[in-house]
Amino acid sequence: MPEVLNSDDLGRALRRIAHEIAERNHGTANLVLLGIPRRGVPLAQRIAAVLGEIEGPKPPVGALDISMYRDDIASRPTPTMHASSVPVDVTDRTVVLVDDVLYTGRTIRAALDAVNGFGRPAAVQLAVLVDRGHRQFPIRADFVGKNLPTSGIEEVVVAVEEVDGVDSVRVEVADSAAGVQP
Amino acid sequence: MSLLTIEGMEAAEMSRLLDLADGFVEVLDRPVPKVPALQGRTIGMLFYESSTRTRMSFERAAKALSADTMSFTPSGSSVSKGESLKDTALTVGSMGPDLLVVRHGSTGAPWRVAEWTGLPVINAGDGAHQHPTQALLDCLTLRQHFGSIDGLRVAIVGDIRHSRVARSTAQAFAAMGASVTFVAPTTLLPVDVNGWPVTTTSDFDGLISDLDVVYMLRIQQERGGGDVFPSIGEYVTRFGLTRRRADRLPVHTMVLHPGPMNRGVEIDPAVADGPRSLVTKQVANGVAVRMAVLFDQLSGAGSR
Repeated sequence: MPEVLNSDDLGRALRRIAHEIAERNHGTANLVLLGIPRRGVPLAQRIAAVLGEIEGPKPPVGALDISMYRDDIASRPTPTMHASSVPVDVTDRTVVLVDDVLYTGRTIRAALDAVNGFGRPAAVQLAVLVDRGHRQFPIRADFVGKNLPTSGIEEVVVAVEEVDGVDSVRVEVADSAAGVQP
Repeated sequence: MSLLTIEGMEAAEMSRLLDLADGFVEVLDRPVPKVPALQGRTIGMLFYESSTRTRMSFERAAKALSADTMSFTPSGSSVSKGESLKDTALTVGSMGPDLLVVRHGSTGAPWRVAEWTGLPVINAGDGAHQHPTQALLDCLTLRQHFGSIDGLRVAIVGDIRHSRVARSTAQAFAAMGASVTFVAPTTLLPVDVNGWPVTTTSDFDGLISDLDVVYMLRIQQERGGGDVFPSIGEYVTRFGLTRRRADRLPVHTMVLHPGPMNRGVEIDPAVADGPRSLVTKQVANGVAVRMAVLFDQLSGAGSR
């Protein structure tokens, strides 16, 4: 199936997201970016690097593990846990959550709970590389790299260089064409 | 799926649980050290033997995962009215716990409880037999400190015969690639260590400069451990980790003790509180390991 974003497109999308984050927040003074493992973390680092270029000091970046906050712990295989690393107290800061794909919204629902374990942010915003629709919760992204209408049997495959050795976004037909998976 | 024994558990499986525990070490370090992973689950705790750290550690672990606990101790329960283990287990089992944590003075009791109730059971110590979560927390402590357990030279010193910790921990260390020596007077060594992944000696001093880890054990007076050597003084002279003996350990050698410690007997207070001691680390890791075990038992498809 076709590549929807190649490496250059992906870089451009992240740059635009960085600009939008700076615009919305009038700079980067009070920001902390938290990537959701695995691929959200390198994406957050890249967005932060761009913010550092265009707005001065690079905002702090961390990782927010959501596996212990999932609502399907008892119904899916035991999730892999990734260590969270939240470099600053999030209380009274604006947290920008960064993930690769926004789909059902369940991951973000879990992330909102997980953030609270680290403090009480002034605001939480969401940046995603791809929004593929099919929300199951009243959740939306503030910053979107690419809106990608998909059907439930399709799968959005995001590859990032830090994890997969290459940057790309492709749409594939899922092996198990078994409806919506979180 | 219960966790009843460490015997036969493969290194890969132990490593998987230790990796999970590493994650929970980080959770316990958060400003809010609690996650909702086991919300709505209930853990029944049947402790027929006294315990401070194991019991509180399981309690803390369950609560950090947002599970509820219900606890039982023989005193103040119907056991003092003559209720059998089976009836107590069935009674507690009927109240709807998802898992039972069992400590009992008799070898095999947790297996029986698992059979009777059909619930997953974690063995929190049965007689002088097994204590699998202690073995895992000891492995986590060594792995954190040394990076790997493979190749470490470990002496387990003291009342081996009556120690479930010695049994389970030695099996776990050996499975992870350590070489383990039991050090004790012959009267405190197991009658037969044939088939055990260990060597034995009564010459602590002969070994002391070739060790990476010294694991000290308490004399288990309650199981008759104090009756088999002439005097405490003589025991301390030959087998106590005195300050003088500790000074002869290699610089990098670390000291573990499962607690409770009898300071001045098997371990000198200055050693127990000194820079070699990983004792408080073991206790802290106990919570993370028990979180890993509880989470592993109660998560995943088909666990509810």
